[in-house]
Amino acid sequence: MGRGLLIWLTMAVLLSTRVVLAVDTTQLANPALQTRYLALTHELRCMQCQNQTIADSPVGLASDMRREVREMLLAGKSDDDVRNFMVARYGEFILFRPRFSARTAWLWLAPGVLLLIGLLVAVRVVRQRSALVGQDNEPVEEDSPPT
Amino acid sequence: MNRFLLPLGAFALLVIVLAVGIKHSPEKGIIPSPLIGKAAPSFHLPVLNDSARTLSTSDLKGRWYVFNVWGTWCVSCREEHSFLLQIQKSGLIPVIGLDWKDDDDQAREWLAQLGNPYEVVAVDRDGRTAIDWGVYGAPETFLVNPQGIVVYKYVGPLTPDAWETEFLPRLPAHRAAKS
Repeated sequence: MGRGLLIWLTMAVLLSTRVVLAVDTTQLANPALQTRYLALTHELRCMQCQNQTIADSPVGLASDMRREVREMLLAGKSDDDVRNFMVARYGEFILFRPRFSARTAWLWLAPGVLLLIGLLVAVRVVRQRSALVGQDNEPVEEDSPPT
Repeated sequence: MNRFLLPLGAFALLVIVLAVGIKHSPEKGIIPSPLIGKAAPSFHLPVLNDSARTLSTSDLKGRWYVFNVWGTWCVSCREEHSFLLQIQKSGLIPVIGLDWKDDDDQAREWLAQLGNPYEVVAVDRDGRTAIDWGVYGAPETFLVNPQGIVVYKYVGPLTPDAWETEFLPRLPAHRAAKS
């Protein structure tokens, strides 16, 4: 009985915190716009609390920035229009998903390059080892079962 | 020997990459403004102490000015206030205020109590102009030239030290005095 009560209490606490944590309660009438709104607010950095997105941040500036996003979407602007608007004011740093450019190329390409280097090293090691096995002509010593 | 060369080289490369990263990382929390070298964002806002007046960016063209973003809710603004008064007293350059998301009455009270360093204060009640200027925390102070180009941006309470090293050298009067 004690355990059952504990589980119910835990669930009650978890469910209630979820409600409390909802910072942004915006609901746009158009579901497509709402999806884009959520995606955009989750990839723009709150400049005041720099490791949160504007969707997660309760500060006033974040809600002002969400308002800008909302109004631009309702005015028919594209996602890139919204990103450009923010970057023009706050710089590339505002994007949690940096755009591909000459400056950010290494950021996007480095994982692929590193993977390629790893593959090459792995292939070389495997080749060397199998060459060693090929040269090894000595028969493996085996114990014969007692007769 | 040879088999240590590759890992050692990789390690050296890693050290270089990290060193460059640390050196280039901006001072914690301070983000370079993309507005530097660009036209000051335009606005058209009511004026704090004169409800009949409005202020636009075009009104400010033709002379150097300091654009200071503040609010009565901002603790560090109180810290820099006395220095703003000193700048005003020097008569070197006008200080234009942007009262960011504030209560007008409280703002007037603040200026009456602490002194008014501003030639004029524009009121940004809904915070749109602050976003246009890329403001992310008060106080922030911009230096704008007569062509309306943002020359410099300072984040945080303005100090005499920052004024001497960052603002004054960018002003023509200072340049002329030096040469």
